[in-house]
Amino acid sequence: MIEIKNISKSFGDNLIWENVSFKIEDGETLAVIGKSGCGKSVFLKHLNALLYPDSGEVIIDGKNVFKLDYSELRLMRQRFGILFQGGALFDSINTFENIAFPLRYFTTDSDAEIKKKVQEALAMVNLEEAGNKATSELSGGMRKRVGLARAIILKPDYLLYDEPTSGLDPQTSDEINELIVSMADSFDLTSIVITHDMHSVLSIAEKVAFLDSQKLSWFGSIDEMKKSEHPPLVEFTTASEYKIKT
Amino acid sequence: MEALRQLGQYTLLLYQALRSVTEFSTYRKNLFNEFVKIGYQSIPIIILVGVFTGAVLTLQTAYQLDTDLYPAYIVGSIVAQSVIIELAAVISGLVLAGKVGARISTELGTMRVSEQIDALESMGFNSVAFLVLPRIFAGILMFPVLYIIAATLGVIGGVVAGAVDGILPAAEFMKGARSFFFPEDVVFGILKSFVFGFVITSISCFKGYNAYGGAEGVGNATTQATVLSCIYILLSDFILSAILL
Repeated sequence: MIEIKNISKSFGDNLIWENVSFKIEDGETLAVIGKSGCGKSVFLKHLNALLYPDSGEVIIDGKNVFKLDYSELRLMRQRFGILFQGGALFDSINTFENIAFPLRYFTTDSDAEIKKKVQEALAMVNLEEAGNKATSELSGGMRKRVGLARAIILKPDYLLYDEPTSGLDPQTSDEINELIVSMADSFDLTSIVITHDMHSVLSIAEKVAFLDSQKLSWFGSIDEMKKSEHPPLVEFTTASEYKIKT
Repeated sequence: MEALRQLGQYTLLLYQALRSVTEFSTYRKNLFNEFVKIGYQSIPIIILVGVFTGAVLTLQTAYQLDTDLYPAYIVGSIVAQSVIIELAAVISGLVLAGKVGARISTELGTMRVSEQIDALESMGFNSVAFLVLPRIFAGILMFPVLYIIAATLGVIGGVVAGAVDGILPAAEFMKGARSFFFPEDVVFGILKSFVFGFVITSISCFKGYNAYGGAEGVGNATTQATVLSCIYILLSDFILSAILL
């Protein structure tokens, strides 16, 4: 379980959000939604201490991640996989090596074992033939799928997605949404998805956290969200529905 | 205030790099890559710098000493000593601030703004050990080698320019070069290049590693890395000369 306790973050004088608190149960898929620029990606980077808050705690298995020393923090980070917005693939190596990268450094697997695991991961994201491609040859959707294959290769406990469907066409977005659901089911993962794509939220999430006006504006299950009359949330979801319908 | 903050961040990065020295398996592969990129791939430009520095200095010194008051071989003394003590190290350093420093800051800056460094950290990697340490190590180890090449070719360039231009025969040049050759001058040149290697790679790593703001941010980081490297080369050259000469 991940427990977020009263975390606040600002950059200089610019307050991003304050006193954000909620819990993410094991095996859940949580969507963190909100307008562009409300600090969703900043929030995500606090979960594995890529960023530190001004105050507050993130507790994982009873330990505050911000109080861990660097060697403990590195071990904790290995329990997370992250799909970054642009994939964050290493452009000096090809697709296969990108996925193999964590295995080469963090396991004692032989080359044959690494090859087998990478091909399995590529198959899971439907990119069996892309192993030899340079990352510059990959489309936006392919980059995200390769990023996802790399994120799951060490079989993490938590999988974080930063805007997994942004910049993708609707069909590719649906494929990514299906992958998110199948990853959660296959590996019994706890997933946290940052998005402002309500179509994606409705396809994948069980719980929703809504960031608005520099705070956690609303938190609840997907069914509660559908019935909610919380004005900022209704305004946000209605705008999305309008876009889908028109 | 901003300068102090930057100094603090730079010191912290160096501390993190120093603390990561024992993680050899993390940076071994990148270290050998950087030996090639910083050392081997800089040899062509260093050959040009060395040869032309020595050649032009010979022609100019001969022009300025075109009088019967000094023996001709004194040109060889002045050229060889200037190249060994000062020019091979400083001119190579300034050129490499552009070639090596710009490459390092652009590479790391691009990795930062495209979240590749975050991706490394999120996997549990020590990104400083993986990216910064091998570049600084390769810089401080390869710059003295490049200095020796530049200094040797500087003297050879001087000999050839003097002979081809008919100013003084090669034997006369070498007589002058040998009469005022002190081994400690070479040690001083090596020490300078060692410091310049550290200055250029550490500043460029710092600027690239902390780049932000997309393509413009990478551009700014690269410009700052190159300009600051040049300034600190000149400053450290002055300080070392004041202390050691």
